[in-house]
Amino acid sequence: MTDQKPEPVKETPLYAFHREKGAKMVPFAGYEMPLQYPGGIIAEHLHTREHASLFDVSHMGQAHLLGDDAAAALESLVPGDLQGLAEDRTHYTVLTNERGGIIDDLMVTNRGSCLFLVVNAACKEGDFAHIQNYIAARAELEILEDRALIALQGPAAAAVLSRFDPRAGDMKFMTADTFRIGGASCFVTRSGYTGEDGYEISVAAGDAEGLVRLLNDEPEVMLAGLGSRDSLRLEAGLCLYGADIDVSTTPIEAGLSWVVNKRRRQNGGFLGSDVILGQLKNGVSRKRVGIRPDGKAPARAHTAIEATAGNTIGGVTSGSYGPSVEGPVAMGYVETGFAAPATPVNLIVRGKALPGRVVKLPFVERRYFNA
Amino acid sequence: MFVKYSKDHEWVRIEGDTAVVGISNYAQEQLGEIVFVELPDVGKKLKKGDQAAVIESVKAASEVYTPVPGEVSEVNGKLDSTPAKINTDATGEGWLFKVALSDPGELDEMMDEGDYKAYVEGLG
Repeated sequence: MTDQKPEPVKETPLYAFHREKGAKMVPFAGYEMPLQYPGGIIAEHLHTREHASLFDVSHMGQAHLLGDDAAAALESLVPGDLQGLAEDRTHYTVLTNERGGIIDDLMVTNRGSCLFLVVNAACKEGDFAHIQNYIAARAELEILEDRALIALQGPAAAAVLSRFDPRAGDMKFMTADTFRIGGASCFVTRSGYTGEDGYEISVAAGDAEGLVRLLNDEPEVMLAGLGSRDSLRLEAGLCLYGADIDVSTTPIEAGLSWVVNKRRRQNGGFLGSDVILGQLKNGVSRKRVGIRPDGKAPARAHTAIEATAGNTIGGVTSGSYGPSVEGPVAMGYVETGFAAPATPVNLIVRGKALPGRVVKLPFVERRYFNA
Repeated sequence: MFVKYSKDHEWVRIEGDTAVVGISNYAQEQLGEIVFVELPDVGKKLKKGDQAAVIESVKAASEVYTPVPGEVSEVNGKLDSTPAKINTDATGEGWLFKVALSDPGELDEMMDEGDYKAYVEGLG
C-alpha cells in the first residue's frame, strides 16, 4: 500500500442508466462498469449468441489521427497495412514495442478525413502518449473524450439496426458508415469482440442514453455487461489485453501472425519488426493455444500447465466457464512442442493435476457477416 | 432445528448430532451464477476454519471455510450435475456437506438468523 490517493473512479455517460437497470457495478480499468444485469452472465451470454445484446464499452479510448501522413506514420508503430486501408474499412492491429511485445490491440478505421482509433480502456493513456511520443511531428492525435461507444452484438443485430437505417444490413464486416439513429449522428462499424455479427456505435456522450434506450426497446435486444463480454470473447478465441497478450508476448507467440501484413513482412519498419519478422522466419518457443479441461472445474488465469510427464510447459492466461460450450474453456501459452491440437496436458488447480487437452481455437465458431 | 450463520456467510443447521453446512443467500448473490463446486472427501477431519469446499462462479473461485469442526460424513453429490442449486436454494437443496458435530459449543459464537440479517444489512 502507498500513501497516494486512489484515482477517482470514472463513470461512462450511461452510468445512471446502468444503475436504473439494476446492474451490478464493478470497478474496471478505472471506471464503474456493469458486470451484469439482474438476468445474470449466463443468460446475457446465451442471449447474445441467439439474439442481440447491448454492451456499454464507452470506457474504451477513441481518437482521431489527422494529417496527410497519418497512415504512414502510424505504420511505424503497428504491423498492419494502413496505407492500403480503403476508406470506410476497419482493421484490427496491435501497437508493438521495440522488443516486439504488444503494447495494446486496437481497431483502426479509415474515415477518409482521418483514422479513427479504438483502444483498450486500461491502456488508453499509455497508448496515446506512445503515439504522440513517436509520431506527433507527422500526425495530429485528437483524443475524443466526449463520446460513448455502444456495441450491439448478436445474429439479430443487423435486423435491429436496419429498422433505423436499411444501409446497416448491407454493411460488410469490418466496414464503417455514418447514419442517424433516433436523431443522433452515429459513426458505426460492423465489428465487435464477441465472435458474433454486430456493430460498434460511436455517439456523442449526450446522445448515448437516448440511443441505448431506443435500441433496448427492440424486442430482440437485452442489456449485457462485462461478465458476458468476457465469456463471449473467450469462447470466440479472442485475446483479452492484459491477460492473453501484453508487453511480454509478441503477435507471433499469440497466434496473431495474420496482423503482420504481407508488405510489412518484406519491409518491416515498425517497432520491434526485427524481432517479429525473425520469429515469423525462425518460429517461436511458445504459442497461445486453446485448452479444454476434461472435467468440470474451470482452470483460471495463472494456472500452471504441465505435460503428462509432469514438467511445466506453460500457463493459463484466460479461463472460465463457457456458457455456449457448457463447460470450462481456457487459453494459455505452452511450449511449441505441446501446441498441437489433441495434445494431453495437466492443469494444476488447487494443487491437483486435472487432465485436459490442447484444442483448436475458437471454441465457438465466429459468425461474422461477409456476404 | 436451528440455523446459525458465520461472518463469512456460511450457515450451519443442526440435525441431531450432525451439522449441515452451506453458504447464505447473500453469499450466493455476491458470487453470481455457480458453475462448479469442489466438495471435501467423506471422512476428512476438518478443524474450525479449514478450507472445506471451493465454489466457482462464472467469474471466480471462492473458498468455503467450515465454521464448525468435525469429520465429513456426507457431501451433496447433486451439486456435481446441478451446482446452480446453490443459487436457487442456498439454505435448502444447495447445502454443501455434513460433519459429525463433536462440540455443539462451537456454535455459540455464531449468529442467529436475525443477527445475521442485521449484519448483512450493515455491510451495505
